Amino acid sequence: MNVEARPNPLKTQSVELGIADCDVHPNPASLEDEVFPFIEQKWRDYIATYGMVQRIGFAGGTQYPKGQPRASRRDSYPPEGGPPASSLSFFREQHLDAHNVDMAVMIPLRIGQALQNMDLAVAVCAAINEWQTEFWTSKEPRIKGSIVMAYENADACVQQIEKHAHKDDFVQISMLSRTPDPMGHRKYWPIYEAAAANGLPVGVHAFGYGGNPPTGGGYPSYYIEDMMAHAQSCQALITSMVYEGVFDRIPDLKLVIVEGGIAWLPSLMWRLDKIWEKNRLELSHVKRPPSEIIRQHVWLTSQPIEEPDNRQQLVEAIEWMGWDRVLYASDYPHWDFDDPKRALPVQLTKEQRDGFFRGNAYKAYGLS
Amino acid sequence: MAERQKHVVAKVSDFEGTDRKLVEVKGRPIVIFKKGDEWFGMLDRCPHQGGSLCSGSLISWVESSGPGDYRMSRKDEIVRCPWHGWEFDIRTGVACARPTKYRARPVGVSVVKSEETETVGNLELYDVSREGDLVVVEL
Ligand code: FES
Repeated sequence: MNVEARPNPLKTQSVELGIADCDVHPNPASLEDEVFPFIEQKWRDYIATYGMVQRIGFAGGTQYPKGQPRASRRDSYPPEGGPPASSLSFFREQHLDAHNVDMAVMIPLRIGQALQNMDLAVAVCAAINEWQTEFWTSKEPRIKGSIVMAYENADACVQQIEKHAHKDDFVQISMLSRTPDPMGHRKYWPIYEAAAANGLPVGVHAFGYGGNPPTGGGYPSYYIEDMMAHAQSCQALITSMVYEGVFDRIPDLKLVIVEGGIAWLPSLMWRLDKIWEKNRLELSHVKRPPSEIIRQHVWLTSQPIEEPDNRQQLVEAIEWMGWDRVLYASDYPHWDFDDPKRALPVQLTKEQRDGFFRGNAYKAYGLS
Repeated sequence: MAERQKHVVAKVSDFEGTDRKLVEVKGRPIVIFKKGDEWFGMLDRCPHQGGSLCSGSLISWVESSGPGDYRMSRKDEIVRCPWHGWEFDIRTGVACARPTKYRARPVGVSVVKSEETETVGNLELYDVSREGDLVVVEL
């Protein structure tokens, strides 16, 4: 393979059918008006009195201020007011219609999964699932939800999965990548078993508050280092799940990694295979080469896609993992949004294009 | 290359209370920035993925000779794309991070008095009645 091949000039992509966007972030216009009605009065009083404390050492807000207000595109504020992506009509106009999106998977963030008060976390996550249905998926069939759960409480997660998995409104189970313990830990297995039993993938979005520093080497200085560390947490969680034998134990489990980058996956597979071959005493429960397991069970979403100066190198990286492994995602309305017309500015075959923008997603989510 | 023409795109008075305006010339979106008495124009498409620069913030030019040092100058002369934050010099269009590689496309902007529009020639009128001072784009 000639990795120095000249890049093709920038090309825009045309996809005849509507595209699947595997990561969008609608927000409540107001928690009080839209989400609190689904929460018992006791918890509303609790939130008013004690707040919602995350599993991080920072009061309120995120660990690192974002590069743009609300981490959003500056042009994504709805004309009628409210935070970005809080208006269905503007969401349709600026994103679904403008980009011919016929399936957009919403992944609510920063809304309860990692609250320190476990019972509050369970109550808020349950409310967010009701909110997704009430305000988004029931009003717009192009939008699909993700079942949000307080994943440190596997029993409560299984209840939420059983409650919602059969509905057309939801296409995946949602977790965040920075869990308190590595994701292959047995305490999470009931979640994976329930997801697999219901035919839904576990979609792991970057971020989350596990209480650990975002990088393997502690707390970095800059926000953008926090962003870079997503690739680390995603590699760690795939490694953990493969080596802990999760996929051997649950052969129908599907995993979609969201917003952690993509081009690192081939080298991770090479390394996992090499180590696995040499450490049979520790890893005899892992029956197949890790790369084979990953190619069968794991998908990655594209955004924020790597942008090497020679775009052809990205194509080669995708070839090394397999074109069927990557799902297009925009991350609308966030600031690092990828426009589908410009996300992969290289010449693609029809098969590659249709898979990347649509077909792979339908397979991953088990839709037809 | 097609010859450039001058196009009236706005009244100066349209810029009361704002430092920018999005206009269309020959089917192309153009953002106009006003800084004091100076006028700047750019194609309203970021060379990265096409974000609308008109929605970006105007910030200063930040320079550093190394870690721990920074200097700021040229207040409000750098536009930061509202999407991924690439920065461009509004005087030249040059990208701040990779000046030799990327460039937003600058267009010439000037102001003429309405009574002069007949004499400067080649002016197309874009929904602007010829009163007061007019903003003209050359494209
Ligand atoms: S589109 Fe402007 S920085 Fe990406």
